[in-house]
Amino acid sequence: MKHTLAILVENKPGVLTRVAGLFSRRGFNIESLAVGVTENADTSRITIVVSGDDHILEQVEKQLNKLIDVIRVSDLPVEESVNRELALIKVGVDSTTRAEVMQIVDIFRAKIVDVGIKSLIIEVTGDESKINAIDQLLRQFGIKELVRTGRIAMNRGAKSVQAEKK
Amino acid sequence: MTHTKMSGAKAVIESLYCENVDVIFGYPGGSVLPLYDELYEAKLRHVLVRHEQAAAHAADGYSRATGKVGVCLATSGPGATNLVTGIATAYMDSVPMIAITGQVPRSLIGYDAFQEANITGITLPITKHNYLVQDAKDIPHIFKEAFYIARTGRPGPVLIDIPKDVQNEVMEFEYPEEIKLRGYKPTYTGNEQQIKKAASLILKSEKPIFYVGGGIVFSNAAEELRILAESIMAPVTTTLMGMSAFPTKHPLSIGMLGMHGTRYANYAIQESDLIIAVGVRFDDRVTGKISAFAPNAKIIHIDIDPAEIGKNVRADVPIVGDAKNILKSLLKYVKMEQVKTESWTKKIAEWKKEYPLVYKKDNLLRPQYVVEQISDIVPDAIIVTEVGQNQMWAAQFFNYKNPRTFISSGGLGTMGYGFPAAMGVKIGKPESTVIDISGDGSFQMNSQELATVVQEDIPVIVAILNNGFLGMVRQWQELFFNRRFSSTCLEGSVDFVKLAQAYGALGLRATKKSEVRDVIIEAVKSGCPTVIDFVVEREENVSPMVPAGAAINEILDME
Repeated sequence: MKHTLAILVENKPGVLTRVAGLFSRRGFNIESLAVGVTENADTSRITIVVSGDDHILEQVEKQLNKLIDVIRVSDLPVEESVNRELALIKVGVDSTTRAEVMQIVDIFRAKIVDVGIKSLIIEVTGDESKINAIDQLLRQFGIKELVRTGRIAMNRGAKSVQAEKK
Repeated sequence: MTHTKMSGAKAVIESLYCENVDVIFGYPGGSVLPLYDELYEAKLRHVLVRHEQAAAHAADGYSRATGKVGVCLATSGPGATNLVTGIATAYMDSVPMIAITGQVPRSLIGYDAFQEANITGITLPITKHNYLVQDAKDIPHIFKEAFYIARTGRPGPVLIDIPKDVQNEVMEFEYPEEIKLRGYKPTYTGNEQQIKKAASLILKSEKPIFYVGGGIVFSNAAEELRILAESIMAPVTTTLMGMSAFPTKHPLSIGMLGMHGTRYANYAIQESDLIIAVGVRFDDRVTGKISAFAPNAKIIHIDIDPAEIGKNVRADVPIVGDAKNILKSLLKYVKMEQVKTESWTKKIAEWKKEYPLVYKKDNLLRPQYVVEQISDIVPDAIIVTEVGQNQMWAAQFFNYKNPRTFISSGGLGTMGYGFPAAMGVKIGKPESTVIDISGDGSFQMNSQELATVVQEDIPVIVAILNNGFLGMVRQWQELFFNRRFSSTCLEGSVDFVKLAQAYGALGLRATKKSEVRDVIIEAVKSGCPTVIDFVVEREENVSPMVPAGAAINEILDME
């Protein structure tokens, strides 16, 4: 069972090392990781996708909360949150395939952000399955390079992950 | 305090004053020269050890004996890495400690400079928190935070790494009154609903048992535990870390449980219908085979660290908070006339009679006899131990009466811990007789500290149960490796009496049972740092024993 955790941390050097180090030494597996600053400059938000049963998830959350620089840990269930990843995909094309690739890009509401004689760079955002799907479809044309961000996620509706409970 | 301009090094010393530190254990070096220059005139005692590991253990021992935060100090690189074993020891046993290390100047960090080690990186998994000071003006608030973090919640070691140029940097000193840590708010009061649930389980229980550990000692809850145990008439078993939390001779005491626990403690756990676990973490040395642990018992688990609850066993009633507070609250809901444990306590009394802790009482000098005689001659001593057989015999055969009188490396099991820790204990408790119950193996891991105890006049007694073996490993080799004593024989390695004398300490020896009492009395009377070499039976085993991985009622007797 996969869980998406939103972890609010102090925006200080070394905090990511503390969080990542905890996962490795406790034997928890990180499937995806994304970090960035939040609406407050002194707070960063780490989004981690971790797989494990309820017991493992409980331990992950408790151990994270023991870190002094961790302010808050929230589990974001998929059905109650918006989940996004971004991928840049460089696809090899020639005059015969370019049109077909562009059609696929349209269907996925992706964007072409760079055009070369023999290649295109496609930018696509969406949840994991959407990115997997476009990846599969583009493979037949020859993917020269692919880079994906980790997942980021946010609660739907008014509920939000805040440093201080309101 | 008014704003005063001073160097970072002076600010460190001022911060230590603000935290009421009166002793630190340390060893100088290049990257802490500015700090040592300030220490030259400081109004606190600096104890010069002979190896940084000993500084960490001494600070740890000081802390365990007094409840105050122990402080140790080392230079960058090898000085800092030598602290690592001591920091890990304190971390595993939740001991509040501050380790201060020098670091190479900021401009050289990351360049593999001389004596550079990334000590904050190295100690990440073995500290409660750590700091690399980037600016001298941060020193006061970092020290304030570090001491607060070390001693509150589940205590633990905190490391502060200070580059040499930061020590020289001029700053304005003002010690903060308050701290702001958004991510650190320990819970002290237990949830009242949970406490009520626990109380109702207790009142229903016919076979309750207290399983208590270091948390009782650290929260100073020994008195509350005794009153509660007497109120509900439930037996009390302690972990190694909780050894002195409940008086050994109390009628409800059933001693230590687990691998070398008493038969009756392990039987009682397995047969109980309710375990009241306080300040413990269901360690593998305690539970044995976890799936077979206490099959009939509901579990109330009280601990200040939420992460310990549900980590190794399921808890029916978890209560997060300070043991002292929660035991006090529990007491409101339970009254003696309501309990129904009479046949249970009777059964336990029968087990106690049937399966006492024993050893062969013949004319040979056996290690258990030495511990018993120490207990008899200096009943109020503080016992510090090394690790291995000596540690188990010290736990089994000394009569403990008060908390903080049994001091031992429980979680990490650090050989070489006892002697330097005993130095810290003696400095913290100068009126007490402090005895390190040692083995010939463990003692040799930090025997260089004989120089420290002589130079600094720290009159501790080291009682070596000398069997010429790494005894515990030898015992396992005897039992599980067909007596193939691979690299465990130390016979004839050193004359401990001469070694003590070479350092200017008193060296005594007993080779016969009849000599034991005399040398103990002489050591206590001498008031000098003393090493006693008890030449004991070589192949004595710790008994009883639960083999690793077995259920805790699958017990072997060693005779």
